[in-house]
This record gives sequence, C-alpha cells and structure tokens, in this order.
Amino acid sequence: MTENFVLYSNIAVYSAMAIYTIAFIMFTLDLSRRSANVGATAEVGATIRVGQLASAGSTDLLERVDSSATAPAAKGPRYLRAAFALTAFGWALHVGAVFFRGFAAGRVPWANMFEFTLTATAIIVGVFLLVQVWQDLRFLGSFVVGFSLIALGVGTTNFYVDVVPLPPALQSAWLVIHVFVASLGTGFFALGAALSVVQLLQARRAAGKAVGLKFLDTLPAADKLENLAYRLIVVGFVFWTFTLIAGAVWAERAWGRYWGWDTKEVWTFIIWTIFAGYIHARATRGWRGSRSAWLAIIGFGAVVFNFTIVNLFFKGLHAYSGL
Amino acid sequence: MTDSSRPSDHFDSSAARKGDDRVVQPKLGPIGYLRFFWRQLTSMKTALFLLLLLAIAAIPGSLVPQVSSDPNGVIQFKANNPTLAPILETFQVFTTYSSVWFSAIYLLLFVSLIGCVIPRTRHHFDALRARPPKTPANLQRLEGFTTRSSPAAAEAAIAVGQQLLKRQGYRTELYTINGSPTVSAERGYLRETGNLVFHSALIGVLIAVGLGGGFGYTGQRVVVEGYALSNSLASYDSFNPGRFFTDAALEPYSIGLDSFVPTYDDDLTSSSLGQVLDYTANVTSTLGGGEPQKATIKVNEPLAIAGTSVYLLGNGYAPVVTVRDSDGNTVFSQPTAFLPQDANLFSLGIIKIPDGLKQQIGIRALFYPTAVLTNLGTLASSYPDLVNPELTMEVYTGDLGLDNGRGTNAYALDTDSLTQIAGRTADSPTIKLGLGDSIDLPNGLGSIELTAIPRFVSLDVHHDPAQVWVLIFAILVLAGLVTSLFIPRRRMWITAVTAADGSVGLEYAGLARGDDPGLNAAVSEIAGKHVDQLGLKVES
Ligand code: HEM
Repeated sequence: MTENFVLYSNIAVYSAMAIYTIAFIMFTLDLSRRSANVGATAEVGATIRVGQLASAGSTDLLERVDSSATAPAAKGPRYLRAAFALTAFGWALHVGAVFFRGFAAGRVPWANMFEFTLTATAIIVGVFLLVQVWQDLRFLGSFVVGFSLIALGVGTTNFYVDVVPLPPALQSAWLVIHVFVASLGTGFFALGAALSVVQLLQARRAAGKAVGLKFLDTLPAADKLENLAYRLIVVGFVFWTFTLIAGAVWAERAWGRYWGWDTKEVWTFIIWTIFAGYIHARATRGWRGSRSAWLAIIGFGAVVFNFTIVNLFFKGLHAYSGL
Repeated sequence: MTDSSRPSDHFDSSAARKGDDRVVQPKLGPIGYLRFFWRQLTSMKTALFLLLLLAIAAIPGSLVPQVSSDPNGVIQFKANNPTLAPILETFQVFTTYSSVWFSAIYLLLFVSLIGCVIPRTRHHFDALRARPPKTPANLQRLEGFTTRSSPAAAEAAIAVGQQLLKRQGYRTELYTINGSPTVSAERGYLRETGNLVFHSALIGVLIAVGLGGGFGYTGQRVVVEGYALSNSLASYDSFNPGRFFTDAALEPYSIGLDSFVPTYDDDLTSSSLGQVLDYTANVTSTLGGGEPQKATIKVNEPLAIAGTSVYLLGNGYAPVVTVRDSDGNTVFSQPTAFLPQDANLFSLGIIKIPDGLKQQIGIRALFYPTAVLTNLGTLASSYPDLVNPELTMEVYTGDLGLDNGRGTNAYALDTDSLTQIAGRTADSPTIKLGLGDSIDLPNGLGSIELTAIPRFVSLDVHHDPAQVWVLIFAILVLAGLVTSLFIPRRRMWITAVTAADGSVGLEYAGLARGDDPGLNAAVSEIAGKHVDQLGLKVES
C-alpha cells in the first residue's frame, strides 16, 4: 500500500512539473507578447497622491489606490489565461502528490527536505493562486512557477528519500503547525520579493535608465508594486513571527530549552529581523522605495538560504534533512 | 493624529521637526549633547540601522560552533584551525550571543526602543482622550467622497449618522461647518495601541528571558536503569546555575529510572530498519518525603515536577562489568555508561579500576548491541537492540592518575603512560565477551565478566521561573503585531447640506493613515447603510 501511494505521489509530482514547465513557458511568452503590444494596454493602477491634508496640526499623506486596478481582471491576454489555467491544473496534481506522500507515510508530508520541498512549493503556488482573488498578480507567474519548478527539480533529484518513520523528536503536533505556517510565510515572502524585483525594474525605468523590458509598460508603477509587496510581506511577517514562537515552544518540549541559538534558530531570527527592518524602512524617511525593496529581496534570499545551505551544510540540532 | 507621537523621522510624520537637530547643533551644552544623542538614538533611522546590524551580527555565530550549543565542536574547530581560532576567540566569536559586541547591539536597540515607546505611549493616551477633529470644509477632495440625498432633515440625518458610526466602533463628535451640521468620527486607535503593545512586549520578552536565565538552573545527569537522580548539586554530572541562583532553589526530589524502552523499526524489508520509532522512560518520582509516583518521560513529553521540567535527551547502554581478583573476590561490579557512536548504538566506554587488584587497570571498551563481522574483518553493530551483544576490551595497567587528577575525565583514558596487557599491541588478544561470558585477565590479575546490559538515559533538569512570562509576552508580541498591521486607522465624516430649495444632501468622505485599501468601500458602505436607515426612519 505504502509503495503504491509513494508511486502515485511521484507520478503526480512529475506530471505537475511537466505542466508547470508549459505554464512557465506560457507566462514568459505572455511577458514577451506584452512587450510587443505595449501601448495597446493602458497602464493600470496609478497611485494618486492626494496632497497633504492639514488636520489637527499634523499632515497626512494619503494614498489613493485606483480601485479599478485592484479588482482581479477576469480576462486577460490569451497566453496569460492559458498559463494560469495550466498552473491551477498543475497545482491540483501537485497537491495530490503531497496528499499521497502523506498517506504513504501516515503522517504530515514534511518531515525531511524532499517532503518539505514538495509541500512548501505546493503552498507557495497555492498562495499565488489564491492571492489572485484579492489582486491580479498573474504577471508574477514566471517567477513563482519558475521558482517552484527549480525547487521541485532539485528536491526530486537531490533530496529524494524513501518514506521513513518519524524520529521521536519530530513526533509532535508542533511539526504540523510550525512547519506549515513557516511555509505559508515563505509563500507570502516569495510574492513580496517578486513584486519588489519588478518594483526595482520599474523604478530604474522611471528614472530614465534603459531597461530593455518593454512589458514593464503594462505592469503597475513602482509605487503600486511597493504597496502590494508591503501588504503581502506583512502577512508573511505575521506568519513568520508565529513560526518563531511556535518553534521556541516546540524546542522547549523537545530539547529542553526554548532558545539555544542553534543554527536554524539563528537564521529564523535573522530573517525575522530583516523583515522587521523592512517594515521600519517603509516608515523611515529616505528608506521607502528601492532601499526597502532590496531588504524584501534580501529577506527572501535569507529564507531560501536558510532552507538550502543551512540545512545541508551547517551543523545543528535541526538535522532532519533525511540525507 | 498620532503622527506627532512618531519618531521625528517617521516617514509619515509631520516635517516640522525635521530640522530640529541641525538647527540647535552649534550651541550645544553637555545637556544639549545628551539630548542630541538621545534623539539620534531613539530615531527611526537608528532603530533600522541597529535592527539590520543585529541581523548581520547574528551570522558569525551560525558559521562557527558555539560553546553553549556545541562545546565539542568548538574544541574540534580550534584543533582544525590553529591560526584562526585565537583571533575568533579574541572577538568572542565562539560565544557570539553573549559577546560584548552582540550584547551592545541589542542593548542599544532596546534602549532605543524604550526611548521610543515611552513618549509614544504618552501621546497615544492624549490622542485617546482628544475629540475627533473638526470636519474639513471641503469633503470633495477626500478619499471615497460620495453624496446621497437625504429623506430626513439635516440635524436628524446627522444624529442617525452619528449612531451608525458609533455602532461601527467610531468615536464621534458633532460640529457645525459653514452652517451645516456634520459628524466627525475616528476609529482604529487600536492600531497604535497594538503597535505599542508589540514594542513593549518585546522589552518584556527580553526582561523575562534575562530573569529566567538569572534565577534558573539546568543540570544534567546520566541515570542507569535501577538507579535514580536526585535534585541536589552533588547528584548532577554537570550543573549550570544562573547568576542569581542559590541552593534554596533546588526542591528536593528524586527520579528513579525503572526501565527505558526504545522501539525500533524491526521490519527487515524496510529501508528504515533499526530506526527509532519511540523512546519511553518509565520512572518513579518522589517529591520531598511524599509518596512515590509512577510516570513516563518521552522526547516531546518532559516530566513536570516541583517547578522543574525533566527532559529525556539521550540514551545508550551501560554494560555491567564484574571484575574479580585472583581469589575470586569481586572488586568491581557496576554499570558504565557507554557513549553511542552511531545509529545502531555501537558505543565506546572507559572503565577504570584503581583499587582491589594487584595493579590498577584501565579498560577501553567497544560495545556492539548486534555484533556483525564486516567485509574488512572488523566488528560493527547492525541493529540498535540487543540481538547479539558483544563487548570488546583492550586492557591497560599502570598509574591511572586518579590520585593526581590526571585521569578525572570519566570518558577518556590517557594511555601514554600505561601498558597494554590485552589488545592489539599486547601478547594477549583483545578480550571479547558476550552477555554472561567470563574470561581470565592476563598476568594472573583475576577475571572479568559481562554481567548485565542495562540501558541508561541522560536526563536534563531545567528550572526557569520566568519561562511562562516569556511565552505570555511572546503572545502579546503576536497579538500586538496583528492588531497594529491589520486594524485600519480611519476618519469618517458625514455632512448634511441643506440646499436653497430645502432638499438635504449628504456628503461622505474618509481619511486613512498609511495603507488602507478598504477605505473607499468603507465610505460607500456607511453611506448605503445611512440612507437605508434614514429611509426607515422617515417611513415609520
Ligand atoms: C527590538 C527592536 C524592534 C523591533 C523588532 C521592531 C519591530 C517592529 C515591527 C515588526 C513593526 C511593525 C508592526 C507594528 O507596527 O507594530 C514595527 C513598527 C514600528 N516600529 Fe519598531 N521595532 C523595534 C524597535 C523600534 C524602535 C527602537 C523604534 C523607534 C525608533 C520603533 C518604531 C516603530 C514605529 C514607529 C513603527 C510603526 C511603523 C509604521 O507606521 O509602519 N521600533 N516595529
């Protein structure tokens, strides 16, 4: 039975990867088509700064976000729609792979690096799909699907391990909560970082520096992207804060102390601090805009670093890569 | 609004204070300098700088082993990097998180934080008591501006509007602007409250962590089946008291290990054969002079007793070796905890017998719970349980140095000044014993027997009186964070303008601080509800 489930899971994940690959190509084609069609599409989402309002002795800066741009566009370029539909389909298979892995193991499927890669990418793509309800961010498809494809590729070829039982230290409800919420946070940080990258490109373009990416004309302006990134990242930050606390509670149960500066704890803390810095940067004169965008990108870089390099090469108590 | 309570360089704050620091600079006295320094320290830029610095400062400690979490790693690192290690040592990199420079950064950050939170708290209290500000004369310029016509008279419509806003959690105030009645409303004070709770709770976490470390203690003890740990200084193998620890903090109790039961994956076809599925320590605890109580300790389930937690952190075998002299008198018979070397519990042990035999003997022993012969002709353990236990021993004679303190490390045997009498370099071969086997020692010293193979566990006892406070503050951190990030701080206005023809027009608008994507929708919702209610009013 277990072998069957493992087999289904693996078939599902490889199929999902194949479909993601096509989706990735379509997303990229869409961006290049946009470059060709620039001018046909109006720029969406201009942020209108409504002057400074003198009230109660202080000034407020108002940001009016064009509401028409916040509604998810039901339609869109053909490639984009196809890419999005394929992503959703690939995701269904991907989620199936996660569930079958869980059935095979008889527990949550995130107890070693392969399983964690499998599940975390499913959550990242899931966040990407769901966020569209709130805001049309399909233009990030290349980034999100590309990122997940690379992660799945490395995961299935380099991290793959058979289903094995949980070591006693992982036998805890906190495994379920802590890791799941960390993955959710990662999903939001990923989107935030992607938006920040586009924001930096837009800012360069607006500053008159030649960026040979015409599709940028069809994307929201830097201000708007910054606000969107901020809103996603603060959600990620709340999840990350929870992850940190839950991790400490779990460490107290399993290792006898809630905080011991284990390498993984250190990096979780570093990431948390970077994003706390990001939030402050957004409220600090001279740090809004590109500088805070860089912090968002560095923060997400640290998340990826924490999962790859720290897991594989740093010594510590979190020796659960299964490799 | 709250902006005046923000740090002077807060992005959204009024620009009025921007130049302060620079303007006063030339004529600074000592107090002036202090004030200048204080203002710099509590500014948003400094907070940001210190936060990022803290993130960077935390990195070295993750690259280099730390004394606190990996003392053996530190020793090894020093051996491997003889030139680099002293430099790192100077900069306290092996103790990064208690180093002067790391502490300096976070202490500065927290001083900055306190300097930031106190004035903001004061301002926030003022804001909480202040009336919502006058309605702007010109609502058209504002967010979500919308109009409706009112079925009711101006004053009545505004009274209904005020009730509606109140019910939605707004604080309201009535004004008359250019002869038109208007209600001014504000809500979301919780946003700033949450922010202040968040930052204050961070301070709380730091203080609770510090106090807990200061008044608490941790102790480690290896306990063999059939033996007990007692919560007293003499009983621990190692003990780390906090700075303010006194012996009085040790509540007297004992924990006896009745049995330790590991469960291993015994499915021969499985790739995880031998993997641990579960560890259970069955113990009997006795508190003070009270009744003994049975309990279990598992890896994720510590035992709570007398304000301490007792954790199951390690385990292994503690073979009981019985040594008899040439006349058959027992001179040594006790368990020795062996250090596990791999997942199949191949273990290493040192046995020292200074008294009772003609010569002192020291034994370096290897233990294989399930001994198998490898292709290389050496022994290995292929399974962690006792299927085919085998103990091999190299025996040395000479001065063990127990009197002069040289040999005090129970887990090491300094063989430099000893003579091997059984083993690879001796005339007699390495001694091999199965369970119950006995064999004569060389040189007519006597005999040695593997009598029993109990297990041991290593127990960690922790006492941290402030731990629960750390958790409470951590939860407040999270609650404050969510409140401050997701509760919108808004103002809302309704003005009723009576036209020349006597008809009454209602104007609605809002204002947000910072990001508030839902404001437009909130204004039109208020307008819709208001008109609905007015309609009902007029009909009834
Ligand atoms: C231990 C160091 C600190 C950490 C970890 C930290 C973290 C955070 C976080 C996560 C937020 C966003 C959540 C919220 O609004 O409550 C925030 C906001 C804020 N912090 Fe801090 N903070 C620290 C120190 C400081 C200091 C020293 C100041 C004063 C200069 C400060 C001033 C502020 C302000 C004004 C905001 C609101 C920003 C906004 O309007 O978006 N913080 N901080």
